[in-house]
Amino acid sequence: MTEDAGLIPCSEAVRQLWEYLDRALSPEDQARVEQHLAFCRRCCGELEFARELQAFLATHAAEEIPEPVRDSLQRFVRELEG
Amino acid sequence: METRAARSREAFEAMATEAIPGLYALARRLTDRGAEDLVQDCLLRAYRAYATLEEEAAGPAWLRRILVNAFRDRLRKEARSVDEVAVEDVEGFSLYRTLAEEDPFPYSETLHLDFLHAFGREDVRAVLLRLPVRYRAPLVLRYMEGFSTKEIARLLDEPIGTVLAQLHRGRKLFERELWDYANEAGLLVKGGAR
Repeated sequence: MTEDAGLIPCSEAVRQLWEYLDRALSPEDQARVEQHLAFCRRCCGELEFARELQAFLATHAAEEIPEPVRDSLQRFVRELEG
Repeated sequence: METRAARSREAFEAMATEAIPGLYALARRLTDRGAEDLVQDCLLRAYRAYATLEEEAAGPAWLRRILVNAFRDRLRKEARSVDEVAVEDVEGFSLYRTLAEEDPFPYSETLHLDFLHAFGREDVRAVLLRLPVRYRAPLVLRYMEGFSTKEIARLLDEPIGTVLAQLHRGRKLFERELWDYANEAGLLVKGGAR
């Protein structure tokens, strides 16, 4: 897709996709990205992938704490003195 | 009879014990070394300030904020150099497009998802740790811990515009490092399944 009839180009739409998902754009920019997405299938793929990447990060937030570390930190809490 | 101080101590212990795994996970993503020390620092600060916590229910979020403060103070003390990455170095990179062009799993109908599924937890941590801390910290706080951009700005003591720019570069860098790491660590062989 090229810059035409006031539409933003793919490069600009892609640059703003995460902000678009975060709703961190101004209402005007949000509308411009939306307008671009309505016409550009490739950028819709980019948008979908940005969503998947966000979910990917969120699901990798939790992790097992090694038992010795947990025990050591719990002991630390118990031994705190007022 | 149990004293008020003893009750308060007990409540702190219960809250802190419950929060330890989450605090440790956050610390491990913020820093490449000394995660346990960082959690200890956080717990000590929290214990000293416990009387100022008004609502027990706000405890977990309060502890996470204290941990980020401790992390920020540690960075300042260490006066670590902040590695600037030129925007143009990463701005043009698109992981989505790179995957489509390079097609590492030719028989896959869900190429992009397969790529992400090739990463285990330790791989994700390794990728995050390849990012300079000024980009890693906002990314972890926003997308793994769910802090708002405004709150991140407050926690890291940075203007909101700076945080937004760091998030933008951080996301781009993260995408590029995912690709580079996958190549270097051999995640792109045999359909990414390890």
